[in-house]
Amino acid sequence: MHVPDGFLDAPTSIGTGVVAAAAVGVALRGARRELDDRTAPLAGLVAAFVFATQMLNFPVASGTSGHLLGGALAAILVGPYTGLLCMATVFLVQCLLFADGGITALGTNIDLMGLVTVVVGWTVFKAVQAVLPKRLSMVAPSAAIAALVSVPAAALGFVFLYAVGGTADLSLEHLATAMVGVHVLIGIGEAAITALAIGSIIAVRPDLVHGARPVLAKRELVVGTASEKAAA
Amino acid sequence: MRRPGTKVVAAVVLLAALVLAGVVSRFASGDPDGLTKVSEDQGFGGTGKTHDSVLGGYGSLTGALGVLVVLGLAGGVTYAVRRRDHDEDHDESRAE
Repeated sequence: MHVPDGFLDAPTSIGTGVVAAAAVGVALRGARRELDDRTAPLAGLVAAFVFATQMLNFPVASGTSGHLLGGALAAILVGPYTGLLCMATVFLVQCLLFADGGITALGTNIDLMGLVTVVVGWTVFKAVQAVLPKRLSMVAPSAAIAALVSVPAAALGFVFLYAVGGTADLSLEHLATAMVGVHVLIGIGEAAITALAIGSIIAVRPDLVHGARPVLAKRELVVGTASEKAAA
Repeated sequence: MRRPGTKVVAAVVLLAALVLAGVVSRFASGDPDGLTKVSEDQGFGGTGKTHDSVLGGYGSLTGALGVLVVLGLAGGVTYAVRRRDHDEDHDESRAE
């Protein structure tokens, strides 16, 4: 969903740039609470993993592909603030080194594929987690639902920005229908990859998954800590 | 069950990222992505402008290089803003 230069007019691109800069500023402050000596090294790896996975376009419909956005994945693995820092880094490198996404559209891409997917992904994840049983086995399915919703949300974000400052005159209704339609399909792939990645880490080291911590804290109270201590 | 250490998990994730970017990416679909396809179908694809790529696009080597650049940048930023151990909450031992 990388937006190139030219889709949005200059005032809108400046506006999205200001929003992105502010969001990264907030994330730099918020990430401090999420990161300690043990989890900090993993945040860079999450960004690297998202970057790699974004190269893997999978077919979704005739002549159309999609790739993981990764905001929900990053937020659930390392926390929403750190997750946004990871995503912003990915888009910066893609834009500057790979010409993937426009330079004036960098703010737009951070907002849509970073901010929207992180905020929507994390909010949906927490909401689903509150409803489902507090079990470790529920973390990956909750992440899948969050990931599924995050992609069409980002697509709708693009339609909103196009309504504000799109450079071509076209039917916003048609644009919204087409964008949401294809991105629901991409969201299914996003859900599968997100559940697989989070499920894999949950299986070996659930304590490294930020979104699993409330469940883990509860479980340790119930099950007892003998095996945990033996493993530590 | 003895759980793998953080360093082992980190090494596996890095290896996975390098293999995905360097090898699996060769099998990625070359079709336009959702937004590109929609912009073509709706007639505004031509308004998009591209700039020259410093690394000449995604390949096995440049993809793996990109993974390392992202790792270094994001790892550096998050390491710099992290909470130091002595700041607050001494939970369990940090021995690895």
